[in-house]
Amino acid sequence: MHIMEGFLPASHAAAWWLVSTPFVVAGAMSLRRILRDRPEARLTLAAAGAFTFVLSALKLPSVTGSCSHPTGTGLGAIAFGPSVMALLGTIVLVFQALLLAHGGLTTLGANVFSMAIVGPWVGWAAWKGASALRLPATVAVFLGAALADLSTYVVTSFELALAFPDPTSGYLGAFLKFAGIFAVTQVPLAIAEGFVVIVVMNALVGRLPSAVDGHVAGVR
Amino acid sequence: MTSSLSPRASILLLVLAAAIVAAPMALKIDGQFLGTDDAGSKAIEDSHPGYVRWTHPFWEPPSKEIEATIFALEAAIGAGVLGYVIGRRHGSRRRDDADR
Repeated sequence: MHIMEGFLPASHAAAWWLVSTPFVVAGAMSLRRILRDRPEARLTLAAAGAFTFVLSALKLPSVTGSCSHPTGTGLGAIAFGPSVMALLGTIVLVFQALLLAHGGLTTLGANVFSMAIVGPWVGWAAWKGASALRLPATVAVFLGAALADLSTYVVTSFELALAFPDPTSGYLGAFLKFAGIFAVTQVPLAIAEGFVVIVVMNALVGRLPSAVDGHVAGVR
Repeated sequence: MTSSLSPRASILLLVLAAAIVAAPMALKIDGQFLGTDDAGSKAIEDSHPGYVRWTHPFWEPPSKEIEATIFALEAAIGAGVLGYVIGRRHGSRRRDDADR
């Protein structure tokens, strides 16, 4: 999902920075609030960030014959709500942009929007929706993690289609082309991430949280 | 409605995840297994040959080996922190159980 340095026109790069910045600021405030109200949660919070670090470093083969990496943002979004993940995801993306030339600084706004904002919000909403439907907690956590992963790549495809509409088939054609590269590759990887997050969530908080009682899992 | 997972179910889920990731290689799917990020960049160059890439990273890992090392370092830092926290949580839950 990394849009490489220089691969968005300057106007698009700037627009995505403008869109993403308020979310990252809100994420920093959310982090401060969590640390103030529930200081005992700081270890779990660190683990949620660490999980994203690990998963986004793993480039895995997929059925399309290419490789892509999971995002790991669903775990933290379920445990702490999506807001704080905007900050944690941004830290990961900055690390990769600076040290690995993976993604870039001009494209950081767009990459933050897909991986650190939309992914966590979609994952959190899916987990909450599944809980409201009284689906088992395993299913809710699975859906939250897998859809946080997959939606990130759908947004990347959308961002690229906006910047590079196809000369003949237009915006929709370009979106389908980029989605064919990014999102289709991601489907099996998102499923695998869903399974792994069930296990890690259980190991981390000792149970599989369900959203029936609150907006976030409220783990410590 | 909360539930927890048996060790057996955890292992089963991890094996399933590994199988999903290994399947494309085991099935000998056609493809070079290159990164989608580069495929995305290439698709732009193909459909918009006039597009001029206007910035470049100011530093890139000088070789694939060094890149692999930095990726491994990223994963190691993450796994270290994650393992530490899971270990502490596990230990404190056991103490809680012992107190009861």
